Amino acid sequence: MTTGTIDIGLAPGDASRGAAAPQKPAGNHPAGALRTCDTTGLPVCLVAQQFIKLHAVVAVVFLLVGGIAAILLALTRWPAVHLLPAEWYYRILTLHGLNMLIFWILFFEVAILYFASTSLLNSRLASKGVAWAGFALMLVGALMVDVTILQGKADVLMTSYVPLRGDPLFYLGIILVAVGTLTGVFNFFATLWIAKRDRTYEGSMPLVTFGALAAGIIATVTLLHGAIVAIPTFLWSLDLMHQPDAAWYRLVWWGLGHQSQQVNVTAMVSVWYFLATITTGAKPLNQAVCRGAFVLYILFINLASAHHLLVDPGVNAGWKIWNTSYAMYLAVLASMIHGFTVPASVEVAMRKKGFTKGLFGWLAAAPWKNPGFSAFFLSLAIFGFIGGITGVTLGTEQINIIAHNTLRIPGHFHATVVGGTTLAFMGLTYYVVPLIFQREYRARAVARLQPYIFAAGIVLMSMGMSFAGSYGVPRRHWDIEFTGAQFSHGFDPGAHVMLGLLGLGGTLAFVGLLTFILLTVTAVFFGPSNKGRAMTAW
Amino acid sequence: MSIYSPAQDWFKAPSGGERAWIGLALLWCVVLTLAMPYWHFKGKQNSTGESYAVEPMKFMERVDRFVQTNKVGEEMGTAVVEPSPGGDAYLQAQMWRWSPILKLRKGQTYRLHISSLDLQHGFSLQPVNMNFQVLPGYDHVLTVTPTEAGEYHIICNEYCGIGHHTMTGKIIVDE
Repeated sequence: MTTGTIDIGLAPGDASRGAAAPQKPAGNHPAGALRTCDTTGLPVCLVAQQFIKLHAVVAVVFLLVGGIAAILLALTRWPAVHLLPAEWYYRILTLHGLNMLIFWILFFEVAILYFASTSLLNSRLASKGVAWAGFALMLVGALMVDVTILQGKADVLMTSYVPLRGDPLFYLGIILVAVGTLTGVFNFFATLWIAKRDRTYEGSMPLVTFGALAAGIIATVTLLHGAIVAIPTFLWSLDLMHQPDAAWYRLVWWGLGHQSQQVNVTAMVSVWYFLATITTGAKPLNQAVCRGAFVLYILFINLASAHHLLVDPGVNAGWKIWNTSYAMYLAVLASMIHGFTVPASVEVAMRKKGFTKGLFGWLAAAPWKNPGFSAFFLSLAIFGFIGGITGVTLGTEQINIIAHNTLRIPGHFHATVVGGTTLAFMGLTYYVVPLIFQREYRARAVARLQPYIFAAGIVLMSMGMSFAGSYGVPRRHWDIEFTGAQFSHGFDPGAHVMLGLLGLGGTLAFVGLLTFILLTVTAVFFGPSNKGRAMTAW
Repeated sequence: MSIYSPAQDWFKAPSGGERAWIGLALLWCVVLTLAMPYWHFKGKQNSTGESYAVEPMKFMERVDRFVQTNKVGEEMGTAVVEPSPGGDAYLQAQMWRWSPILKLRKGQTYRLHISSLDLQHGFSLQPVNMNFQVLPGYDHVLTVTPTEAGEYHIICNEYCGIGHHTMTGKIIVDE
């Protein structure tokens, strides 16, 4: 870890270098559109690099918007503070959901797809024009959505369940984001195709690219669901169509809503493999197992979205059980496999370096001061132990009755999407900035601490939500004192303690998030350049 | 290396600890898969999703008829209604109230019809914490047998506009 370069566990000329080794096939880059990374030796397509930067920067801006919304919400759900008025609580909740779950993550994911299909395959990006088109559509759509929400014309929450009705521009914005993302995903597929055609790599594509491909396929199916549900709703908001059926809307919307989270899971797992390799030199134990697990995601996760309808009318028990038992558990199996193979590969790599003491000596000796590693490993632990276990529990027919629409649900998905995906993406950013932007982080001691602050905050908040939900406290609810209601209901005092924990955890997580954004923005615009040399090791 | 193309012979069966883990995980998934239908028959609380298409206006008429026939009192302007034991009971969700107040008897089984006149709502019975989705156009039928006497509150846990947090109702269970 003190070798002066990042640790990808390779000796010079290592036979396993594959595509990146000089004796391997040449890429398909036009003259002057390629540089070689001074740290990893990976080829970097300069066009792709430009779009990776663009998407990453915009992603972080939306993360900031979503983050400011998050702290306002946490301070409203904390009964002792109860910050926002009701109207603004729901407005900011709508803003938070869309900016965090959709905009931040989708922009970042397109950047990952562009990286995985160019640098890892030694290929150029298929089309600069298509990349611009996709980026512009996404950006215009996202701005349209945010402006419409802040104008108070779409207080419909992220799900916008019909017959709730928002301004047509809100739905149009979402359609543009979906089409723009699909355009980017198409550019990714096209890049895979030209890399194969031009034989820029030998044999099979790398595991990280394969994972990105799985994410791309799931994203396509997801975004098609989005189009099927958003287009009629948009036309209805213009009075050009009758109102979509409420149950139909929920069924198709969750094909978008839950599956998009599976895109995040798949992208996150690819990032785990990437960060495991780059921070400890880990190699997958068995490529067929890792790839097979990605295929399970593609096949089964869509059916598992049915668990959102477990207490709905309109779908019968047989349908609910079939889709949420065998189908969901086969997708769960895939996560159980990755949850083993990723840390196992780190263990093998660490033991090879001589850290063989005891059962967990390898783990104690892991590079915990490297924010790329700590973010990755904390993401793995939070996703698996908190996110995964709560998810499987909530997706059970009987348990869902006591959990549906309570705070247990956001307690679950903040552990998967925030403690899991967002934290993994933060870890990746600690490499994207030095390697793609070619700028070094300042205040490195703070950066080393940041993943721990963020992770601790999210874990506390997620626990607070889950336990408050167990007392019956609803999600998406402004006032659990029921001020002005005909019959007032009082929750167990324990629920209030848990909501306080939510507020404290949320505040801590916000501090971690703000630290991340400040560090990253400072590095991108004012960080010392590392052009022409390897990045400073973490 | 996950970032480079694998060696040509990458497609092989797992071995050792990895193989054992996949076996265990698969076995656990099979157990869970069987447990869910098993509990559906063995367990006493399930969501069968029994429902019928109904126009909101038609549903409102049925509720009105139900209230007129079975009304036993009034509380804060809301009718208190006692359905005949073993019969049908109706609960109407609208922005932002649940009506009527139902008076049930412990140990009796009712077919509770719930639907919405406007937006989607969430039927959340407290403090027992049982939650069901309520949709306009769908008569959601829950077969319920109260097991403990007392007063229960219904809150709404599906966002339904600015007054969402004031949407509450009541069920009374008598011995």
